[in-house]
Amino acid sequence: MVDIKTTKENDICKIVAVGEVDASSSIELDNAMKSAFETEKKIIVDLSGLEYISSAGLGVFVSHLEDIRSGINLVLFGLSPSVLQVFELLGLPQLIQIASTEEEALNKLN
Amino acid sequence: MSNKLVARISFFGALLFWVLFTVFDIYFLFIEKYEMNVNLAPIVPRIFFALFIVSTFSYYRLKIIKADSVNFIDLLWKIFMTGLVTTIGALGVRFFVYAFSSTSLGQNPVMINLLYHFLVGMIIIFLISTVVVWKRLILYQKSKTLLQLWNFFEYALVFSLGFDLLGNEFKSELYVYALIFVTGFSLVLSLNLKWIAYLNFKQKLKSILFILLSGIYLYHFVSTLLAFKETGLLIFDLYDNVLVMALFIFCLLYTTISVLVTLFNLPTSSVFERKLQEAVDFQKLSQAIPQGQTEEQTYDILLESSMSAVFADAAWLEIRTKEHPDGIFYLRGIKHSQISEVKEEMELGAIKDIIRFETTKLVPSNKLTGYLKRQDLKSIMALPVMVKEKQIGSLVLLQELGDAFNRDLVDIVVTFVNQASISIENFTLLSDSLKNERYKEQLKIAQEVQNSLLPDHLAHNSSFDICAFAEAAEEVGGDYYDILELEEDKFGLIIGDVSGKGTSAAFHMAQMKGIFHSLALRDVTPAEFFKTANKALSACLEKKSFITASYFWINTKKSELEFSRAGHVPAFLYRSDSGNVESLEESGMGLGILRNLDYDKYVQSSTVPYNQGDVLLLYTDGIPEAKNNVNQQFDFDRLKESLKKHSAGTPVEIRDGIINELNEFLDGVKLDDDYTMIVVKFN
Repeated sequence: MVDIKTTKENDICKIVAVGEVDASSSIELDNAMKSAFETEKKIIVDLSGLEYISSAGLGVFVSHLEDIRSGINLVLFGLSPSVLQVFELLGLPQLIQIASTEEEALNKLN
Repeated sequence: MSNKLVARISFFGALLFWVLFTVFDIYFLFIEKYEMNVNLAPIVPRIFFALFIVSTFSYYRLKIIKADSVNFIDLLWKIFMTGLVTTIGALGVRFFVYAFSSTSLGQNPVMINLLYHFLVGMIIIFLISTVVVWKRLILYQKSKTLLQLWNFFEYALVFSLGFDLLGNEFKSELYVYALIFVTGFSLVLSLNLKWIAYLNFKQKLKSILFILLSGIYLYHFVSTLLAFKETGLLIFDLYDNVLVMALFIFCLLYTTISVLVTLFNLPTSSVFERKLQEAVDFQKLSQAIPQGQTEEQTYDILLESSMSAVFADAAWLEIRTKEHPDGIFYLRGIKHSQISEVKEEMELGAIKDIIRFETTKLVPSNKLTGYLKRQDLKSIMALPVMVKEKQIGSLVLLQELGDAFNRDLVDIVVTFVNQASISIENFTLLSDSLKNERYKEQLKIAQEVQNSLLPDHLAHNSSFDICAFAEAAEEVGGDYYDILELEEDKFGLIIGDVSGKGTSAAFHMAQMKGIFHSLALRDVTPAEFFKTANKALSACLEKKSFITASYFWINTKKSELEFSRAGHVPAFLYRSDSGNVESLEESGMGLGILRNLDYDKYVQSSTVPYNQGDVLLLYTDGIPEAKNNVNQQFDFDRLKESLKKHSAGTPVEIRDGIINELNEFLDGVKLDDDYTMIVVKFN
C-alpha cells in the first residue's frame, strides 16, 4: 500500500510517497510520475516515508530515465538506508540524483 | 425367470386350471346324475378354481405396469377393453341360452354348467384385471400406511381364497362376516384417488366414460349370473364365493366413488392444470442451464411462463449488461413506443425504480403492482431481476383489465424471476469458471515450459559441489540460474532475477536463458558478458522491466572466481579459514536500465581466490526481502549468519539449513516474491 501526494510550489513539483511500493502499488506511483513528467520540468520526490520498494517499484524510476536524460530535473530525497541500498545495488544513483534532505534536493535542482 | 416367461406360464396355467376346474365340476354332475359310486372330494374343483384365480392374478400383475401421470388413461382403457371383450363373451353365452331355452339342449344341466363356467372365466378375468388397475391407481403416490393397508387387504383376499376352499353357502353366517370385513377395507381403500387430480379436463371426461362403462359391465355380469342362478341347475355358484363377491364389491365401490370424485373435480380441473403448468414452467426455468441453454433462452422462458401464469396481455423484459448498457428488450404484444409511454407514466413508487433500474433493496410484493391510465392496458406488474444484489433486468407484465394482478399472481412471478436469477447467476459462474479453467491450463503449460528452462543437472567437477533451490510466488517465476562447463576446469555460473513476477517475468527469464547459452560458450569474460547481454536485452525488454544478474567464472585449476554483478544482490563467500562471510559487492548496474553504450562504463569485474571449505552463496532478493507477519525483513545479516551457522555441512545441508531458518522466521507467512538460492562448496 502506498499513499502518494503531488503538490506544486513555485515551479517545483513535489511528489510524496508514503508506505510500500510493490508490484500492485507501483501503478499508483507510475501514474503520479507520468503526469508530473508530462507537464513539469523540476520534480522532487520525497521518499522519507517509503518503507520498502520492490523491483517493480524500481522499474517505475527506470522507465523514466530517458525523460531525465532529455532534460527533466528529478531529485529523490529522504531515502531510508534500506531503500537506498536497493537503489545502490541496482546502480541507480549513477543515473538519478539522490539527496539526503529536501533542502539539498532543492539545491541540486538548480 | 424373466417376467415375460412368468407371464406366459401364468397365462397357460390359468387356461389349464380353468379347464380342469370345468372338467371336474361337469364330472361331478355326471356322478350325481348316474349315481356313480366314485369317491372324489368336492374340494378338488375348488382347488383348481383357486389356482385359476391365482394364475390370472399373477398374469395381470405382470401385464399391467405401474401408474405414472402419463398412463392413467391407458390403464382405464385396459379396463374398458378387457371389459368389452369379456362382456361380448358373456353376451354370447346369454344369447346362446336365450336361443336354445326352449330346446332340450337349452335345459341340459351339462350345457348350462358348461356355459356358466365359461361365463365365470370371463368374469374372473375382468374382475382381476380391474382390481390390478385399481391397485396401481390407488398406490399412485402411496404413503407407507396406505401400502400397509393395501398389503393387508391382499392378505384378506388370500385368506378368503382359502376360506372359499371349505365351500360356503351364499349368505351363511361366516360368509356374511367375511364379506362385511372385506367391504370395510374396500371402502377405506376406495378413498385414495390422488391420480384424479393429475388429469386434465379432457382426460377426466374420458375417465368418467371408461369407468361408467366398466360399471355397466359389472352390472351386466351380475344380472347374467343371477339369470343362471335362477335355473337352479348350477353345480358351482359364483355367489358362494367370498373372494369373488369381495372383488365385485371392491370394484363397484371404487368405480362409483371414482366416477363421482372425477365428476366433482371437473370444474376445478382448469385450476389444477394451471398449477401444473406453473410447476412445469418452473422446472423448465431451473433446468435451463444444465440443458446447455443460453441466457437468451432463459429470458424467453421467463417471459413466456410469467405471462401465461398471470394471463398478461403484454409484457417486456429489459436486460442491461456491461456489453449492452442501453438494454436488450424482449417484447410480447407491445411496441417500443408503448414502453416509453408506460415508462413516462410511472413517475413514482417502486415500479418506477424497477423499470428505471434503480432498485437497490428488496421490494415488498404489494408494491410490485399498479395502475395505468391507458385505454389498452390498465394493470401493471414490474419485477426486478437481481443477480448478486445488482439489478440486471426488469420484467414488466401488463393487462387490459384494471386491478388484474393479485398477491398470488405476484408471488408466482416472483418465484419465476428468482429461479431465472439463479439460472443466470449459475450461467455467469459457469462461464467464469470455464475461463478460469482455461487460464489455469495455460499457466500450467507455462509452468511446465519454465521448469524445463531451469537445469535439472548442475555441471561440476571434483573441486566443488553445488545445489540449488527455486520457488516461484506465482505459477511461473522470473528467477533464473544455470551453470555450464565452458572448458576443462572452468565453469560459468549465472543467477538472474527479472523485475516483477508472473508471466511477463517468465518470458524475460526465457530470453535470459537464450542469451546465457549463446554467450557463455563463446568464453566471454563476465564483464563482456553483461555488456553484450545488456545490448541484446535493451531491444526486447519492456520499458519498466530490467534484469539483475551475477555471473561467475569458477576456475578450478587456479582456484579463483572471476565475477561481475549486474545490479544483483551481492553474492556471499564464506571463508573457512577466518569464519567470516564476504559480500562480493563489485559495482554494477541492472540489465536494461541503461539501454545504450553508456552501460559499459558501469560494469566492473573482480577476481577472488577461494580455498577448500569455502562456500559461495548466490540468491535472489526474495530471500533477504522476505517479510514476516510483523513486517520485519529476513535481511542480509540474518542470511549471512545463517550461512555461517550451516557452512560446515554439504551444499544440500547448507541449503536446507538456510531454508528452514527462513521458514521459521516467516512463521507461515506466504512469500510474495520468487526466491532462488545456489550453494557452491569448494573441496
